[in-house]
Formats: sequence, structure tokens, C-alpha cells
Amino acid sequence: MRRKVFLLFWSSAIGCFSLLPFLWFVLTSLKTPNEITAIPPKIIPSFYLGFYRSALENYGLLRYVGNSLIVAGATTLFTIAIGALAAYALARFRLSWTRFYLMLLLAVSMFPQIAIAGPVWRILNYLNWLNTYHGVIAAYITLSLPMGIWIMTTFFKELPYEVEEAALVDGCTRLQVLWKVVLPLAAPGLFTAAILIFIHAWNEFFFALLILTNPTLQTLPVGIALFPGEYTMPWGEIAAASTMATLPLVFLTLLFQRRIVRGLSAGAVKG
Amino acid sequence: MSHSHRLALQFLLPSFLFVLIFTLFPIVESFHLSFYRLILTLPWLGQKFVGWENYRDLLTDPVALHSLTTTLMFVAVTTPLEALLGLGMALVLNESFQGRGPLRAIVLIPWAIPTVVSSQMWRFIFNDRYGLFNFFLFGDSTGLYLAPLADPRLAPIAIMVAEIWKTTSFAFLIILAGLQAIPNDLYEAASIDGATAWQKFRYITFPLLKPALLLALLFRTIDALRVFDLVFVMTQGGPADATNVLQFYGYKKSFAEGMIGYGSVISVVVFFLSLLLSLIYIRSIGSRMLETVEAR
Repeated sequence: MRRKVFLLFWSSAIGCFSLLPFLWFVLTSLKTPNEITAIPPKIIPSFYLGFYRSALENYGLLRYVGNSLIVAGATTLFTIAIGALAAYALARFRLSWTRFYLMLLLAVSMFPQIAIAGPVWRILNYLNWLNTYHGVIAAYITLSLPMGIWIMTTFFKELPYEVEEAALVDGCTRLQVLWKVVLPLAAPGLFTAAILIFIHAWNEFFFALLILTNPTLQTLPVGIALFPGEYTMPWGEIAAASTMATLPLVFLTLLFQRRIVRGLSAGAVKG
Repeated sequence: MSHSHRLALQFLLPSFLFVLIFTLFPIVESFHLSFYRLILTLPWLGQKFVGWENYRDLLTDPVALHSLTTTLMFVAVTTPLEALLGLGMALVLNESFQGRGPLRAIVLIPWAIPTVVSSQMWRFIFNDRYGLFNFFLFGDSTGLYLAPLADPRLAPIAIMVAEIWKTTSFAFLIILAGLQAIPNDLYEAASIDGATAWQKFRYITFPLLKPALLLALLFRTIDALRVFDLVFVMTQGGPADATNVLQFYGYKKSFAEGMIGYGSVISVVVFFLSLLLSLIYIRSIGSRMLETVEAR
């Protein structure tokens, strides 16, 4: 009995801590202008949709959503393609320097963005890739590769080698084995890596801010961070845009919770 | 070169090119640029070699020193609290009870929210006229309402709260994975010997969980060192530089003011700071991590 009460209390506390602040912001997006500034605050909104309309029509929210979809989608596809090649080699050829490469990737993923920001900006400027989709996407692929390769390597290692051996004996090249045997078998792992890379790219702000100064190309995080308004903040619109930027991710997370947890802790702690 | 070496090289090459062009070269270039005077807004001055001048400027720049202590303070406060909260959450969610599955998913929500969104959210909660923070403290006596984000003493705390809320989930995940790896029969044996719940925690859970706790702490430390989004949205480094963390200061110098040379010195310092920490991390747990990948 005591255990039951204890668990009920703490699990409710954890649920409230994780959910309530964001729920408050979602409710705010459904309030009328008067309800937003009301003291005492009104908890249940009157489900006013004016701020959503305004965010869509006056602030061009859909354009930001479109840009984010293009950037995060392309980053995910390319990272999976390039990363799967590398991960296959790292999982199957155990050479002295493949271990070093995994460590290098780990170290690279820990670099603070500012340590490379200036030169990355200059490279993109030199290539005339500032304010282009491919400029951001190239930077994002680099940022996602370490995580993608680590996750996929872990998953590839778990596959039985016998099937691949049989295919090699039958005269398949390594690339054919990867394409026809390994990738279909490792589909769950690829999917896990893809979800994590997508969420990562969808949320990234620092490089998007540097590379995309043209408002027609900016992604959602940049749009939400730079919401215009000096003295009176358009809180209703900000809350509406934030809700629309976040709900897809919340659904992804709730749906694929197990995969995400596995992917994030892949290889990290298991010993 | 043997066949498998050549093959592995071909498979790794595309990924290596990206890493080379967009991280390894830029790191070296940041070092190089830190010895030059280079101002984006005054391109006609060109790129002039100035030796250690930028480094000397950094040492006498009070804003930079303040920025360093602000950053270290931020890391020192948030990471242990995140590990502690994450540990508490993991201990509760490792028990079996009805609704545990959905609750584990809900805990991940702060992790999934874009940092920019959670920053706007906390900025709204800390609003000086109609934020929930003020309402909880002072009810409807609006005369007493505080403006936490405009107060040099409160602003750093507000930012820490937002950071802890957003990233505790991650610490929780790592610690939960660690808890799940502890074999159940250890607890059963302890129960037979009549151990109390505290003794079980003290002598079984804690020692076996140490690597996971360390891992969570170090991942969080490295991430907290590069805090940027929160500061950009909530305070812009203000008020009076109270939240001007290193990554934001470097951004401001390099991109708002265009001082690429001086900004590069800040980059180099931040780089060494996190390199030092990642080395500690890789030394203490890195090889173990690799073994678990290789063992599979």
C-alpha cells in the first residue's frame, strides 16, 4: 500500500513536470488576446483559432514549415545513405584504424559549434552556398553523421554474418550485399537513426541562423526565434507557431518511444 | 594495401570528406584565424597577421572573463541537478506499475521540443506582466511582479531552470538504461539477506550505476558548455552581460560585430575547454563504450 501511494505521487509529479509547462503554451495558443493577458490566468481557453490564422497569414508560418521539411528531410536521407556505407565498413572490417575513426567521430560530435562557425561560414560564402538549401543541408549532414554512424554501426553488428557470407560466396560484391542483404535486415535500425536525425535537424538553430539570413529560406526555429515584435510580443502567434512546430515531433516521440530510447542509448551504456 | 583496407577506405571516404571539410578543416582554420585581424564589415583592411595580439586582448577583456565564469557557473549548476533529477525519475520509472509505458514516453517530450520553442515558452512563463511565475509567487498583486529576465541576478537562474527542464530527459534516458542493465538476482539475494531499500541502493544500485551517471554528467557537461539557443531567445546575453555565455559572446563578436579574428580566439578557448572534458570522458568511459559496440 505505501509503495503504491509513493509511486502514484512521484509518477504524477514526474508527469506534471514534463508535460505541464508545454501544455500551458499550447493552451495559450488557443486563447483570445484578452485571455492571454488575464490575471488571474484563465486555464481553459475558449479555443479561439485567430492566432493560428494570423501566424499562417501574416507571418508566413507555412513557408517556414516547408523549409524545415526540405532541410530536415534531405539531411536525413543523405546522412542515412552516407552513414550506412561508413557504418557497414565499421561493423564488418575490424581494422586498427576503424576504431580510431569511431573515436574521431565521437570527438567531432562534441565540438562546440562556435569553434567551427567562422570557417564554415567562410567556406559556404566562398562556394556561394550561403542562403541556399544545399548550404544548410551540407552543414547538417556533417553534424548528423557521427550520431547516425554510431547508431547504425551498433545495429549492423547485431546482424548475423552468415547470410552475408552466403551472398558473398554467390558472387555478390560488398556493395550489393549491403544493398540487398544488410539494409533490408537492418531496416528497424535505419528507421531509428532516421527519426533521431530528423528531430535533430528539425530543431537545429545555430547554423540555420548563420547560414539562412534570407527570410524566404529560413527554417522554423529561426522563424520562431526571430519573431518580429519589439515592445509588445505577439505571444498568441508565437505560441501558435511553436505548437505547430512541435506537435509533429511530440507525436513521433510518443509513437516511437522505444526506438528513440534504444537509439539514444545505443552502445552508450550496456556493460 | 590489402583488399579489405581498400574496401573499408572506399566505404568510409564519403563520410570522411564531410567531416574533413566542415569540421576538421574549420577547427584548424579557427586556430589560424586567431592570429589575424580580420573584420567582416571592413573587408578592405584585408587579413593582417597580428601574432598573439588577439590572445592578449582576450586576457584583458573583462566581458570575456565574465563570460567564462558565467558559462562555468551554468555548467556547474545545471549538470549535477539534471543528473540528480534524472536519477530520481529513472528510479521511479524503473519500478513496474500501471501506466509506466506512457509515462516514459511523456518524459521524453521536453527532449523532443525544439530548444527555440522551449525558450520562448519559458520566456512567456517568466513574463513580467502576465507570466505564470509571477502569478504563482504573488497572486494578483501585480504591483509586486518581478521581471526575472531583466534582472541580472534572476536572469541566470531563469536560464538554468529552462535548461534543466529541457535536458533532464536525456540524463534520465542514460541513467534508466544503466539501471535496466543491473541484474535482478542481486536485489533478490539482498532481500533474502534482509537488506533495507536504502542498503540496496547504497551497496548495489549506486556502485553499479556509477558509469551511467558519469556518462550522463559528461554528456550534459559538454552540451551545457555550448548553450546558445536559450540565451539567444530569452535574454540576448543580457541584462548587463549576466547571461553572456561563451558561445553567445563568440557568436556576437564574430557575426554581429564581424570581428572574425577576435571571435576565433574565443572559438579556440571554447574548443580547448570541451576538448579537455571530452578527453576525460573518453579516457574514463570511451574505450568501454567501444568494446560494447565491438562485442556485439
